[in-house]
Amino acid sequence: MAGNVVIQAEPAVGSGQAVARKPERSRGAAISRALWLFARRKPIGAASGVIVVAMLVMTLFAERIAPYGYDEAVRGARMKPPSAAHWLGTDNLSRDIWSRIVYGARVSITIGFATILLGTAAAAALGVSSGYFGGKYDLVVQRIVDAWMSFPYLVIILSVMAVLGPGLLNVILSLSIIVAANGSRVIRGATIAVAQNAYVEAARAMGCGHGRIVVRHILPNVTATIIILATIGLGAIILAESALSFLGFGVPPPYPSWGSMLSGSGRTYMYRAPWMAVWPGVAISLAVFAFNMLGDALRDVLDPRLRGA
Amino acid sequence: MLRRYLAKRLVVAIPSLLIASLIVFTLPRLIPGDVVAMMLEEKAYAKDLEELRAKLGLNRPIYVQYFEWLGRAVQGDLGESLWTRRPVLEEIGQRLPITLELAVMALVVAIVIAVPVGVIAAARQDTVQDYTFRSAAILGLSVPGFWLATLVIVLPAIWWGWRPLTGYVEIGKDFRGHVIQMALPAVILGIAFAAAMMRLTRGMLLEVLRQDYVRTAWSKGLRERVIVLKHGLRNAIIPVITYIGTQLPQVIGGTVVIETIFGLPGMSRFLFDAINQRDYPVIQGVNLVVVSFIVAINLAVDALYAALDPRIRY
Repeated sequence: MAGNVVIQAEPAVGSGQAVARKPERSRGAAISRALWLFARRKPIGAASGVIVVAMLVMTLFAERIAPYGYDEAVRGARMKPPSAAHWLGTDNLSRDIWSRIVYGARVSITIGFATILLGTAAAAALGVSSGYFGGKYDLVVQRIVDAWMSFPYLVIILSVMAVLGPGLLNVILSLSIIVAANGSRVIRGATIAVAQNAYVEAARAMGCGHGRIVVRHILPNVTATIIILATIGLGAIILAESALSFLGFGVPPPYPSWGSMLSGSGRTYMYRAPWMAVWPGVAISLAVFAFNMLGDALRDVLDPRLRGA
Repeated sequence: MLRRYLAKRLVVAIPSLLIASLIVFTLPRLIPGDVVAMMLEEKAYAKDLEELRAKLGLNRPIYVQYFEWLGRAVQGDLGESLWTRRPVLEEIGQRLPITLELAVMALVVAIVIAVPVGVIAAARQDTVQDYTFRSAAILGLSVPGFWLATLVIVLPAIWWGWRPLTGYVEIGKDFRGHVIQMALPAVILGIAFAAAMMRLTRGMLLEVLRQDYVRTAWSKGLRERVIVLKHGLRNAIIPVITYIGTQLPQVIGGTVVIETIFGLPGMSRFLFDAINQRDYPVIQGVNLVVVSFIVAINLAVDALYAALDPRIRY
């Protein structure tokens, strides 16, 4: 998804004209030029982009990158400090922490992207319909969203997770509900603003149906808002997933997730093997930091009006 | 006028509260696993499932249970815990102060850090200070509280043999001990909110400082301090207060993790245990108290606007 977003940013960065003038230049060159311009304008954002890409690579090729299996007990390596053989040390069950972090990226990335896709799609459906149709429908939807939003997120998620039981899909579903409720509010606002434009009225005067107006005139104009919401939300979702896993409501063991690596039976051993407490947290913080910075940078490039929002 | 506005707001709040109460009531009942079977397994409360179900009133239609519960809740009776048989309200009464204290302390920590830092960052936009504060804020948003808490518990124990107190120190028995015990969790809980609040304060203040009347104030030769604080901050602070109001549920939600790690006997941990034990009256009671509380706070926030901004009249 990150790749797509960068491509979307391309015209805003200003390479579109260059491409138009020199049609012989390949699409690949145009993309790399857009990326280069983005990196020059937003160096920290670009560095974060590199971290995000590294995480994606870790997710896709965990089997190749991790020196050991995620649940593989290495003989004679119980709670060994970081060394050449075990970069980040081993845990109380003699498992290689670096390998577990590599596999853990899979959980964070999968849940992050799946939640954002599902949650933002629901938010867009809810927000656009609520903002476009207004009236009683809007009133009812908004009161329900209000009620949802007056709960602490963690309480909703825990209750939903208690209903659904732990597991990858259930974490995605419960987190998506939050994303949908929150996002729908913002998208509704954007929709109301767009719907007041003269071209929407013109489309209606020409006899366009609701479906056509929403798909052809409203949606394209709230897409920037939707993309920004999605990128900025990713970091928060990874953070929420790690908290859920920490509380024991995440992906069931022995599959590693960064949050669960910090909890459970391992906690009593952390006093003797502090690296067990350090690295998973570093991984979470780095990932969330990268997504936050990338989101910020993309927002500045895509929609400067939202800066500081 | 203000009173009329607040009355109107109160009326609007009621449907939200009702929807919330319905969510509160149905959600725990969807939890798979039967509390009655669990109770029978662990303790022989009754001869068989049906007898225990009848005893607990869980054999009646769900809507009857809802209206009965709602009717009692309005009168201040939230039922009793299915496990301990103690009144839920009494149990909450003992735990709520701890959670609230933690949440309020965290908010105070957040405000004390966020507002001054946000003001400095905005007043010194694009300087080293600004970049440092902004980077620190994003870092603060990225570091999970439960990890910080883990580090704070584990690392000092290894380095200096120091461990935070285990076992809750009551405020009446040892005031100093209590404050010391609560300070660490409150700071950790407050950091993430401080980060977000600082970014908002900075953003809003920058917006205000670009206004014409601020330029006028400069040209009048006013001191920077007066311009930034009196002309700037007073106008920038309203969205920040709204933010505090909307974040309050999340501060309270954040206490779940912190109370669990630091072993504080607050309401969030009570809820967490109740979810695991499927103790419906407790889950409903805690959620209802939390939601009502949040609705009340949001009303108070609205009232505060009027006090802060004389332009807001209802």
